[in-house]
Formats: sequence, C-alpha cells, structure tokens
Amino acid sequence: MFADVLVYGFIQSSALLLMAFGFSLVYGVSRLPNFAHGAIYVLTAFVAWALFNQVGLPYPVAAALAIAISGLLGVLIYYVVLRRVRGMEISEVIATYAIGLAVLESLRYAGFRGTSYALPALSDGVVFIFDVPVDHQRVWLTVLGFTMVGAIWLLTRYTKVGRALKGMAQDERAAMMLGIDSDRTAALAVGLGSMLAGVAALIIFPLGSLVVEEGYKVLIYAIAVCVVGGLGSWAGTVIAAFVLGYSQYITVFYGKPHFQMVVMLLAIIATLIVRPSGFFGKQKQLEERV
Amino acid sequence: MTGTNKEQRRKERIDRGIKVRSESLYAINSWEEISYLVAPRMLFIGFFLLMPFFLSHYPYWGRVGLSVGILALLSISFDFLANYVGLVSLGGAFFYGVGGYASALINTELGLPPLLSIPIATVVGSFICTAMLAPCLPLRGIYFAIVTLMYPLLMIRLIEALDIFGGTNGFRGIDGFGSIWIEQYGLVFGLLLALFGLRRFVNEDAGLVIRAVKDNDQSVRASGISVTWTKTKAVFLASLPGCFAGAYYIHMYSNVGISSFALDLSIMPIAATVIGGGGTLIGPVIGAVLLVPLSEFLRDFGSLRIVVYALVLTGFVVFRSDGLMNVISRKYQQFERWVKI
Repeated sequence: MFADVLVYGFIQSSALLLMAFGFSLVYGVSRLPNFAHGAIYVLTAFVAWALFNQVGLPYPVAAALAIAISGLLGVLIYYVVLRRVRGMEISEVIATYAIGLAVLESLRYAGFRGTSYALPALSDGVVFIFDVPVDHQRVWLTVLGFTMVGAIWLLTRYTKVGRALKGMAQDERAAMMLGIDSDRTAALAVGLGSMLAGVAALIIFPLGSLVVEEGYKVLIYAIAVCVVGGLGSWAGTVIAAFVLGYSQYITVFYGKPHFQMVVMLLAIIATLIVRPSGFFGKQKQLEERV
Repeated sequence: MTGTNKEQRRKERIDRGIKVRSESLYAINSWEEISYLVAPRMLFIGFFLLMPFFLSHYPYWGRVGLSVGILALLSISFDFLANYVGLVSLGGAFFYGVGGYASALINTELGLPPLLSIPIATVVGSFICTAMLAPCLPLRGIYFAIVTLMYPLLMIRLIEALDIFGGTNGFRGIDGFGSIWIEQYGLVFGLLLALFGLRRFVNEDAGLVIRAVKDNDQSVRASGISVTWTKTKAVFLASLPGCFAGAYYIHMYSNVGISSFALDLSIMPIAATVIGGGGTLIGPVIGAVLLVPLSEFLRDFGSLRIVVYALVLTGFVVFRSDGLMNVISRKYQQFERWVKI
C-alpha cells in the first residue's frame, strides 16, 4: 500500500517533470511564454505515429524525425509570431495560445480520436521495485526524465549556448552588448523547449492512447509546475513536480480520479494568490502584484 | 535600401475640420456638425433596434442575431477589463457560467419568471464572481491572465467531481421567454445599456480612476486610493454584462450544463475584441457582428470553427493589433496625405 504510493507517486512526478520541463525552460530561462506547448506535445506524438504507421519508417527514425519537426515548429513559431509581439506579454500569451488551439482542433477535425492510436513502448516487461510491479516503460520514463533534466542543467551551466540563454533571461540588453544575438537565442530556446515537449510525448504516450485532450491537460500541468516551483528556478521546478505529482497520486489513490485536475488548478490559483513568484522564484514582488 | 535617390515620403494625418468644430460648442452650429456626431451612433443603435424586426421572418437567423448579442456582451466585458482596467482575463466563460447557473437555480428553485430571474442572477452572479476573483486582484499582467484562465476549468472539474448542480448533465426545464419579441428586445436593451453605460462611465470621475489604474497604478496609490478596491469595483462592473449574457442564454435554450464554462466562450470574446478594435467598447460589438455569422457558415465543419477563430485571432494580434474600429474612426476623423521629408 505505502510502497505503491511511493513508487507510483515517484513515476507520476517524473512524468510531470518531463511534461513541464520544456515550458519551464522556455518561460523560466528566456521569459517567453509558449502556450502552444501542449499542442506541440500532442502533435509530435501524432507525427511519430503517422511516420511509423502510415509512411512505414522504422520507429527510431520516425521518433527522431518527429522530434526534429517539433523543434522546427518551435523555431517557426518564434520567427513568425513571437518575434513580432516580443515584450507585449499578453499578446505573446494570446497568440501562442491561439496557435496551440488551432493545432489541437485541426487534429481533432482530422479525425484523430478514440483509442485506436497508440505509440509502441521502448521495451515490454515488468520489474519489481519494493515488491511493486512496474512495467519497463515507466522505468524508462523515470530514467530518461532525470537524464534529460541533468543534461539541460549542464547545458545551461557549462556551454556557451546555454549561458547565452541564461544571459538573455537575466538582462537582455547586457547580453546583446556582449554579442549575443537576441532573436537567434530566443528562437533556439523555443525550439529546444518544443523538442523537449516532443521527447516527453514520445516517452509518456505509450502508457495510454493518443488523444487530443491530452494537449490541454499538459499545458495546465506545465503551468502548474512552473508557477508553483517559481519561474527561473531549477530546484523549484523539480521540487514542485514532486510535490504536485505525489499530491495528485494520493488524491487519485484515496479519492476520485476527477480530483486529479482539481488539485492542479487549485495549486495554480492558490500559489498565484499567496506567492505569485512561486515558492522558489527569484522575481521582484512589485513586478507581479500591487 | 535601394531607392536612395528617390524622394522619401511619409503619411501625415490631420484632424478633419468638422471633427475639431464638433468638439466644442460649435457642435450645434449646423445640421452638418450635429449629424457628424449623431449619425454613427444612430446608425449603430438603429441597426440593433431594427435587427430583430428583419430577422423575425427567419427564426434560424433570429437565433444567430441573439448569439451576436450574447457574444457582444461578453466581448464588452473583456474589452472593459483589458483596455480600461488593465486586467486581461482569459476566463470570460467564468462570468458567463456563473450567471447561467445562478439564473437557472433562481428560476427552478424559487420559481421566478425569466424577467425577474435574469436581473437578479446578473447582480448576484456578479457579486459571486467578484468575491471569487477578489483574492487574485493584486496580481498584474500575465499572472492575472493565467489565474483567470484556470477559473472556468476549475468550475467544470468541481461540478464534475462533486456532482453538484446536476453534474455533467446539467439541468433542463428552465422557463423560456414565451414571446420572441421579448426575447429579442430584452437582449438588445441589455446590450445597448451595457455598452453606452460603460462608455459614459469611463469618462466620469470614477472611470478616470479606473483608467489610471491601468496606466500607472503607483500614482493611484500615491493619491491615497486603494488600487485593489478600485479593481474590485471594476471587476464587478465587468461581471455584470458577462453574467447577464450567461443568464440570458440559458433562458433562450431552457437548459444549462458545464458547457457554459467551455473554453471557446473565453476565446471568442477575445477574438471579437481584437478584430473589432480594443479600447473602444464599440469595436468588440462590431467584431461580434462579423464573427458570429462567420461561425454559422462554418458550423458544418465542427471543430474547424475554432481553428479558423484561432488563426484569425493570431493574425490580428500579430499583424493588425489596432483592430477595425480604430481604423474606421481614424478614417472618419482624420484625413491623410503624403508629405515629402
């Protein structure tokens, strides 16, 4: 019983971390709200599905192509839309949100619904952790999730590109003075965030079937993790993913599955009311409340 | 730059003489000035007063006309909050749903007729919305936008999870209006009242304070006025048209469900406002007049409707952010000419 909650709560939290990570990276590091995050997440999965089942490519190739396409889409969103409304936060939110809506609803219109769409798992089989049966895909999810977070953390800390991303977030003008191309770095951030969303989709979707609604859900989960953890804080994002993941799993375990979403929405609203910068955020208070 | 030896020109805009004259006492100088001021307003009011009359022969388009009114009310509410108070609310459906459920409960539980339950639900619903949004009001910019996006979603999930107010099915058996004339003119009356009431209000002293909150809240604070309390009052005013729209709609169709909190009800007012021109209050109504018939033509295409909306919205936000009404009023009040630099 207790081991169940412990193990599956951990997996749920890792899944949340994966879903939220791209959004958190783009918004936290580069201050670009990409509300099309959930749509890109779902789109990547469908592209991979189509390349694998319709075109007949081998799955690794299809997956790699799908991730590359989602990265390109992110860059495109930056150059066509975000660049023109840069600095007007509300326009950024509305425009990217509308694009996400357009993508998701076109997928729905194209007839992708029902349970007939599924992605293959990385490997089948079951392992026992603390006597709790866990299938391979969930183990992969946890391992890959943490590898990815670690890799991106190293990237932003030790490589030139990553430090350019951080520099942009801290002080855009100073970064430009040091020769960092503002547009290219921001496009890179959005592209990277979209690719992370794609990777997350390809790891998480094999656990269930492909549905369009997942896109809206992922966006809300990503916002929840990002808001609760605090923008621009790595430790915050990870801790928030675990707090929310466990509280979600516990509510589902002891209550109705309906409450899963209620937990997230209440967490967002409560955090924004009490501490808008999140529990580990590094924002100035006055920027967000009077 | 290629044409370096070509002469450089730019467009200059100058107010028309008649516009300058009609700003002062000379407005009543002659019929020309009077009609310059009154004609656009009369055209607008006349359009809405005559619309039910023409549409009464076509019941289907009569319904479409009512949808225009409903969307226009929601858009006015969004425009007022976003462009006069500086609170961008992505959750217009929250006002709508609360108004709808309030009116449905008043009608079915207390047995009051629609003509009483709608006004009561409008006021009571606005109080509920204001009370629930009050804790978020110190938030600024994007934070307020995110929190309001979550409110209608939370309502849907709560109603589903707790199985209150009829759960996922909602409830039926709500009284209709009985006569299409009451139905049509009640909405037109509400719309014109909301529109011209708010237009007048934003130029009064209390309206100036509210606009100051948008432009510079620190100066409002320095004047010894509470920013949050001012915002609370503004949110109450913005909830009124939103709740009225929700309450009216459920009496038109005699049922209410969780679709009252649906996402497209939050998106469509934003699209109407951005297309019509934000910050004018009239613009959102024009946006609604254009968008609703468009969506009727797209009805057969199901969710493609939302795709079209979303793309039009993105296009306007990115490329034409001033909207139709601002362009029209510029053409009406100013003339343009090319001048050499």
